[in-house]
Amino acid sequence: MNPVTIHDHECGIGEIPGTHTHDHGEAGQRVDLATTLAGVTLPNPVLTASGCSAAGRELAPFMDVSDLGAVVTKSVMLRPRSGRATPRMAETPSGMLNSIGLQGPGIDAFLEHDLPWLAERGARAVVSIAGGTVEEFAELARRLVGVPALVLLEVNISCPNVASRGQVFACDPLAAADVVRAVKAEANGVPVFAKLSPDVTDIVAIAQSCVDAGADGLSMINTLLGMLIDTETMRPVLAGVTGGLSGPAIRPVAVRCVWQVHAALPDVPILGMGGILTGLDALQFLLAGASAVSVGTAVFHDPSAPTRVLSELRAELTRRGVRRLSDVVGAAHREPQR
Amino acid sequence: MTGSQVKARVVSVEPVGAYFLITLDAPAIAAAVEPGQFVAVAVGGPDTAMLLRRSFALYTADPSTGRIQIVVAEHGRGTAWLVRVGAGTPLDVVGPLGRPFTLPAEPGTAVLVAGGYGSAPMFDLARRLRAAGSAVHIVVGAGSADRLFGIDEARDVADSVAVTTDDGSAGVRGLVTDAVPALLGSPGATSVYACGPMAMLRAVGEMAAVYDVPCQVAVEESMACGIGVCMTCVLPVVGVDGRSRMVRSCVEGPVFDAERVRWKDVGSLPADVVGAGAMGAH
Repeated sequence: MNPVTIHDHECGIGEIPGTHTHDHGEAGQRVDLATTLAGVTLPNPVLTASGCSAAGRELAPFMDVSDLGAVVTKSVMLRPRSGRATPRMAETPSGMLNSIGLQGPGIDAFLEHDLPWLAERGARAVVSIAGGTVEEFAELARRLVGVPALVLLEVNISCPNVASRGQVFACDPLAAADVVRAVKAEANGVPVFAKLSPDVTDIVAIAQSCVDAGADGLSMINTLLGMLIDTETMRPVLAGVTGGLSGPAIRPVAVRCVWQVHAALPDVPILGMGGILTGLDALQFLLAGASAVSVGTAVFHDPSAPTRVLSELRAELTRRGVRRLSDVVGAAHREPQR
Repeated sequence: MTGSQVKARVVSVEPVGAYFLITLDAPAIAAAVEPGQFVAVAVGGPDTAMLLRRSFALYTADPSTGRIQIVVAEHGRGTAWLVRVGAGTPLDVVGPLGRPFTLPAEPGTAVLVAGGYGSAPMFDLARRLRAAGSAVHIVVGAGSADRLFGIDEARDVADSVAVTTDDGSAGVRGLVTDAVPALLGSPGATSVYACGPMAMLRAVGEMAAVYDVPCQVAVEESMACGIGVCMTCVLPVVGVDGRSRMVRSCVEGPVFDAERVRWKDVGSLPADVVGAGAMGAH
């Protein structure tokens, strides 16, 4: 196992903490990292995050993407989309704002170039889809079902960088349900996860609505809508004015969302994300109730972050004597046994 | 042109005028650098609250010593941290990244134009051009003398060097672009290379077009990742098919043919860019 491509040449310093792979615990037990999301078994629970690793190819110099639980691809839409004008990003304390605007090649190019690349490498793809209408989501699902590498559909009903801004599907239980129902009708057994926004009054109500409409699981959280003003120009920094806040700054919000939804819907699998930088961050999400996690903004900081997080998580679980990943999922909800 | 991620030990940080010259031990990067390529450096050390990498054009890369050098201007918190790192500090560096300058197929006369520390990648480029038989003329300009970088070295690697400063504290008072037409107008200029602020690149590109000389520019766009995944460093560029797209300056650049960059549209979203029509619908 050599999931990390950090080259540590003659500079004589130690390698990045946690990059050692601890395949065997003190008792010689290897922790079973396999996880199951709505019937789909992944070899481990660490995935990329939509919008943070393109379609995986750019990560190839830094890892074997098939070592990951899955690659979550950047939200694809029916048509090519330019995205917004620049500036599109701004650094914020322990985070960043982005206002990309769902730039992408459209589903035709995605099917021709991106998914085959993942399939050739034996990687598993969670394909994030985004549409402006319910029918667009349904058509994307129709186009994707049966394509090699696809293991799961993530329905992005919560991107804040759209024309309607806060009025995203995921802010309205009925609109969210409409999208989920339409995608589910086309999914032909491929599990459908709805990606939720934290910018709602009651995320449990949205989660319940999506599950009632047929969602097999939930991805949470998308970015929070934020804004930064340049005090020199006295104008918003981003060309799109507002942007999505991501990174460790939002991690406590994300853990809270996972906790609340898992408490209310303990049987619904959750893919957790929001500011995961380390294996311990990932463990927090698992303990809150996520069955797997996505590593997103961390990739901008450290392109080998997903495999590093996986190695660190393996080491931390081994150190705790955990045999199976499923033993820690939701464990923070359970009173310690005496 | 994707790089590797290394822990590069800081050899030294030396003030040079208004800038800092940082020397790093990074053999894996030094082995395969071409002029115009850059590195993306994580800043702030362990537990940093600054998540985005800072990108710098490579000034030197020596495969025999394994060392690379970058020139850093202190702009904000990230570069303020970087210019104060002590020797021996390990830096997380990804590189070499990006598409480099391409050398002409035939020897000719190259004009290299640099603004401020945009001169950093030009010296290696000049050496390679001369080694391939081209004559090299360098024009370097900056706001003031302390913001010029590498003038003495320019004289070693070029057939002529023109220096301008906005305040006249070195060379000729004026803009770097003031010195360009004379070189382009003289017989035989066959290629132009430029690195510096976007306004300068645009002006040089437009001058080169007037004289019908091919011009390559290394753009300065804000990048978050440097490896092509964040989609923040885009600018409108005309493709070989004649259609404009928002392209990533980190992987499709930073070097572009100047005539393909839609300078007046940088920072906006022209309606004829591929996919612009899809923006309003959602």
